[in-house]
Amino acid sequence: MKLNQIDARGLSCPQPVLLAKKGVEKNPEGIQVLVDNTTARDNVSRFANNSGYKVEVINQGGDFLLTLQK
Amino acid sequence: MKEKKGIIIAGAVVGLLAVILVKFGNPANMGMCIACFIRDIAGALGLQRAEVVQYIRPEIIGIVMGAFLTAFGMKEFSSKGGSSPLVRFMLGFIVMVGALMFLGCPLRMVLRMAGGDLNALVGLAGFAAGIGIGIFFLNKGFTLKKTYSLVKFEGYIFPAAMIGLLILLLAKPAFIFFSEKAPGAAHAPILLSLIAGLIVGALAQRTRLCMVGGIRDLILFKDWYLISGFLAIFAAALIGNLVMGKFTLGFANQPVAHGDGLWNFLGMMLAGWGSVLLGGCPLRQLILSAEGNIDSVITVIGMTAGAAFAHNFSLAASGKGPAPNGKIAVIIGFAVLLLVSYFNIEKQTEVKMKGDVELEA
Repeated sequence: MKLNQIDARGLSCPQPVLLAKKGVEKNPEGIQVLVDNTTARDNVSRFANNSGYKVEVINQGGDFLLTLQK
Repeated sequence: MKEKKGIIIAGAVVGLLAVILVKFGNPANMGMCIACFIRDIAGALGLQRAEVVQYIRPEIIGIVMGAFLTAFGMKEFSSKGGSSPLVRFMLGFIVMVGALMFLGCPLRMVLRMAGGDLNALVGLAGFAAGIGIGIFFLNKGFTLKKTYSLVKFEGYIFPAAMIGLLILLLAKPAFIFFSEKAPGAAHAPILLSLIAGLIVGALAQRTRLCMVGGIRDLILFKDWYLISGFLAIFAAALIGNLVMGKFTLGFANQPVAHGDGLWNFLGMMLAGWGSVLLGGCPLRQLILSAEGNIDSVITVIGMTAGAAFAHNFSLAASGKGPAPNGKIAVIIGFAVLLLVSYFNIEKQTEVKMKGDVELEA
């Protein structure tokens, strides 16, 4: 299944989390979020866990691709 | 709970260190205050000439160096910037004007509450109200736009400047001003202040400790992580003050504070709103600056300029109460924040989605 992807690189917190929140409201089955710093990675992951999503993180040369799925 | 352990320990250490610094000479309820200490540094450099608030505070140097070394060691140091620099400068300026109306940054607000200063509770109400307004605009699509990668050198400038400040502090050349009266003259020994700063900087870097983020994330995402640190600082400093006999409950005669409720509220409301737009409180801005975030460096420079103007134009409040010029400045600050908040709303608030998972790496 292909998931919608949000590019949150370059954005400072809480914006990546806000985008993720809006993303899962639209696509409850899951989304992917691309971020470029560890703070955003941790914050989006924490939001996902708190909202009942499983998170998979792939390190892509400094960027992080987070896959959020139920 | 497990994930919050780190930030709770960090908060407790920060709270205790603040009490210890007061015990060893820092002004009361001011073991750590980012706004006050940046203001004192501005004074020491002669950017403002209020004789009682001039000192190169080693805590600031320590915080930046502690965060820099930790970020560097953890490979989290990265030079970046370019996200609305002039707006950030203005926001830093305005946050400082608000903080100097209240007499303290959000961190000192927590420390003042822990010392029994009920005026700080009024400040907290204003702070939360300001954060609420900021969140309203965040939800509307407020953004300062993306940051971009910069050459590493750019990121090293700010930590290097801290070394410069340390040299000035130790060498005391004639062009540097040091207060002879409190609160500027009230300070713990340099080494103790520096070490305390290093510890706070390292812990805050690891845990992302942030006062404004605490209340913001709680409202926005029902996330208790950051506010746990906030609460831990309060609890530890409260216990420390009780043990040291430094706890005095009341509104009147609180150290380096005034009892004008309306302006305490409005000052922190301004600081809270501005900080939400910036993405973090003054402490967090210092930590980000140390990690190579030039946008935050610009913010810190804006805060320094704000502090200099606040004393040169008689905007800063004192123990006697708010200054008339300060009230005008706070009102202008609100008008500017409203303009900044409105004009930085991204017209397209819809989340941009890509249909496939392929990446343009």
